[in-house]
Amino acid sequence: MKPVDDSSLVIENLSYRYDKDFPLALDGLSAVIRPGIVTGLVGPDGAGKTTLLRLLTGLLLPTTGSLRVFGLDTRDEAEKVHRFIGYMPQKFGLYEDLSVRQNLRLYADLHDVTGAERQRAFARLLVFTGLEPFQDRLAGRLSGGMKQKLGLACALIRKPRLLLLDEPSVGVDPVSRRELWRMVGELVDAETAVIWSTAYLDEAEKCREVLLLDGGRLLFSGPPGALTERVAGRCFQVQTIDGNRRRVLSHALQRPEVQDGIVQGRNVRIVLRPGQKPPAPALLEAGAGSRLIPVPPRFEDAYIDVLGGGPGGVSALAESISPLSGEREVTVEAVGLSKRFGDFTAVSEVGFSIRRGEIFGLLGPNGAGKSTIFKMMCGLLRPSAGSGRVSGFDLRVSPGQARSRLGYMAQKFSLYGDLSTRQNLEFFAGVYGLAGWRRKETVTRMIEIFGLYPHVRASARDLPLGFKQRLALACAVMHEPAVLFLDEPTSGVDPLTRREFWTHINGLVERGVTVLVTTHFMDEAEYCDRIGLIYRGRMIAHGVPDDLKEQVASAALPDPTLEETFIALLRQWDTERGEPS
Amino acid sequence: MNGCRRRMAALIGKEFVQILRDPSSLLIAFVLPVILLFLYGFGVSLDAREIRLGVAVRDSGEEAAGLLAAFRASPYFRTEVARDTRPLEAELLAGRLRGLVVIPQDFSRRIGKGIDPANLQVVADGSETNTANYVQNYAQGVARTWWNQRLRKTGQDLGGPELVARIWFNPELESRNSLLPGALAIIMAIIGTLLTALVVAREWERGTMEALMVTPVAITELIVGKIFPYFVLGMLAMLISVGISVTLFALPFRGSLAALLLSSGAFLLAALGQGLLISSAAKNQFLAAMAALITGFLPAFLLSGFIFEIASMPPAVRALTHIIPARYLVTNLQTVFLVGDVWSLLLPNVGILLLLAAGLFFLTAGKTAKRLR
Repeated sequence: MKPVDDSSLVIENLSYRYDKDFPLALDGLSAVIRPGIVTGLVGPDGAGKTTLLRLLTGLLLPTTGSLRVFGLDTRDEAEKVHRFIGYMPQKFGLYEDLSVRQNLRLYADLHDVTGAERQRAFARLLVFTGLEPFQDRLAGRLSGGMKQKLGLACALIRKPRLLLLDEPSVGVDPVSRRELWRMVGELVDAETAVIWSTAYLDEAEKCREVLLLDGGRLLFSGPPGALTERVAGRCFQVQTIDGNRRRVLSHALQRPEVQDGIVQGRNVRIVLRPGQKPPAPALLEAGAGSRLIPVPPRFEDAYIDVLGGGPGGVSALAESISPLSGEREVTVEAVGLSKRFGDFTAVSEVGFSIRRGEIFGLLGPNGAGKSTIFKMMCGLLRPSAGSGRVSGFDLRVSPGQARSRLGYMAQKFSLYGDLSTRQNLEFFAGVYGLAGWRRKETVTRMIEIFGLYPHVRASARDLPLGFKQRLALACAVMHEPAVLFLDEPTSGVDPLTRREFWTHINGLVERGVTVLVTTHFMDEAEYCDRIGLIYRGRMIAHGVPDDLKEQVASAALPDPTLEETFIALLRQWDTERGEPS
Repeated sequence: MNGCRRRMAALIGKEFVQILRDPSSLLIAFVLPVILLFLYGFGVSLDAREIRLGVAVRDSGEEAAGLLAAFRASPYFRTEVARDTRPLEAELLAGRLRGLVVIPQDFSRRIGKGIDPANLQVVADGSETNTANYVQNYAQGVARTWWNQRLRKTGQDLGGPELVARIWFNPELESRNSLLPGALAIIMAIIGTLLTALVVAREWERGTMEALMVTPVAITELIVGKIFPYFVLGMLAMLISVGISVTLFALPFRGSLAALLLSSGAFLLAALGQGLLISSAAKNQFLAAMAALITGFLPAFLLSGFIFEIASMPPAVRALTHIIPARYLVTNLQTVFLVGDVWSLLLPNVGILLLLAAGLFFLTAGKTAKRLR
């Protein structure tokens, strides 16, 4: 018999299936998770992250294989495991109608933390999280970042040996995200194991070890550096581009030696296939002054490499529509847009204008007001003040006409789950007035472009997430709208599907479509021509991403990332108003 | 204080804070019962009063006029008179009349010969069976009374025994008096089943249940933490409803408070158990509400004997009513309010309720091991 390893978490050939007819949510996973470090559980939605965390807590039991948490089997020793576990589920597990202190008290009682120990824990955690001034505030009234900190504090009431954090940073503003990293970093000591699940690949690089999950399988486990090693020397940036960066990317992705590429502000990042030489900038039509500079590899580059490279650079969708002619006039405009719900101001005096063939990105944490702005711009919500125009139509006067000019992809899955893929396409074609052979032709074309053929008969509800999003995009663009509104189109999808989406978006923009997009992926904001930072209902800054970066660049931070830029602008805005961040 | 008691106290305290802060629980517990009481107290009546009855008088004799006067004088009927049946039949067809009495052409002649007026034709609208029964019985009753009075007047001896009807417990046959105790049972069923099913489903939706389950809390502590607060809430709602019924609607209260509390307490435990069982399967509020209405409210309404008498149900349905907790509460409440403390009836029912409650808790605890499925 093998000796039981009771100093770490041992996962052996673990599989889990939610229901008989379902595919495996986890498929033959083996790994060892050590204490003393932060282990990242990385992967897109549906990869199996939450399932693995629930298996570790004993809330689910393995279908096959085994799981030992510090030597304890979750099958029959879950009660013991619960004595030293700190678990923060996706919605933080807080009682919104209890105050900060009442939440802490409840979890202290449940974890048997009493007396002097309890007083010490409260004092320590309130200072640690900066929640001391807000002890009597209801948890439901906290900002997303503060909720996240309170959730963490509740999980830490009794110093856990195993801390499980399920996507703690999703949709939270970058300042809070960074603080959470700092706090968790301070916590880790030789006995504590921390598992941090995330869909953000840039967070993987901050972890000492990573489990990379994809479709229930373990793609990689080990230090992130060991994975990025694969693509070392194959990553380049095309800088000082004279010309259109989107076209440069498209050209690059069509080269056989290039396996992956994205837009990074003014530059284009490319990853070469193994053993290939970089293409000459001239081949990419990047202009005479352009240079190809080697850059350090990123986790995401390696992830794509493991998956065999990204999709090509040509959007069949964009190819299939006729280019929109016309000047680069303003097609989407918001002036002093405000929305109040009762005494709560969701959006306050937001204004922007977008020209034909431009991508404008709204960037901000959950609850900042992005979706409210979107709904007002679609004519679905009436602004309390201000106005919006789409393709020359005032949304207050003729919302119907404005809507017929735009395609809208809502944040939540907004198709008919009970209809099949084809029925959804046919329905939306009908809604947009496509009839007869045009409807038939368009539906067939969409099925081809988005590779939906294997799924045409499946109910939309049962599609994998990536295909749901593809179908939603197909339904939004069938009537060849001049303006496209995309509300977090790539939230939670795998990086390959994200690449494909951006290829389509870039292609459409090149054909003269105007795009308004929201995202909480910082790297996606770099695709945008201009971005607006939304925070607490206001647009605190807007402009070209690289201009914003330069605006906050300093001696200490000569080359800020977009996330660092956002953080600097948030702090600036908060200090100007004397509010705590 | 040991760990177990502290954890339960914490859960119970948390639940009370939530109840006080969340208007929807208070609405279900205190406003809904009052609305229901007023509905049953003022709105619903099963009594037959002023049923619209057509009387076709095809005989112009004195005796026919006498019988017609008897029908007109009856408090149960509002009569509409015609010479012939045809116009009245049309009214019956249109639903404006509930029944029709035909006094035949030879009525006075036959009465004059001393023949019993048994050849009186009564037509009732069978689409509402309850009312049709009233029409038939009351019409016959009116005719019978008139005939007896006439016999007495003419000095003839009736012969044989005379039946004298007395109604016990609810002498005026006031349907409100038997409806209100039933309504109280419905209210308890709603609070017990709906409220618990909803609040647990809400914890699943908000992810707090998942967080609770990963703490050292035991499943029995979780169950007690939910049962106790809503037991208190349900009993409070019950007492308020009883207060309103007795003062505002003059519902007689012939039993003791102890019998009332014992019966409703036992029932509430069963209803709470049912709510918890629902919530262990239905993890969103919509599903939980539907399940609570279909398995809690509807059976309490239809199968408890509250409105439809259990004795007149088909055997299969009658058998089903035995596992409907509301059945026992309706009987007990009607007894406590209208009759008094008939312990020999009340106690076995309380026992059955406690058994049902124990069974439901057992099922719930088995289903909700600290697991997600």
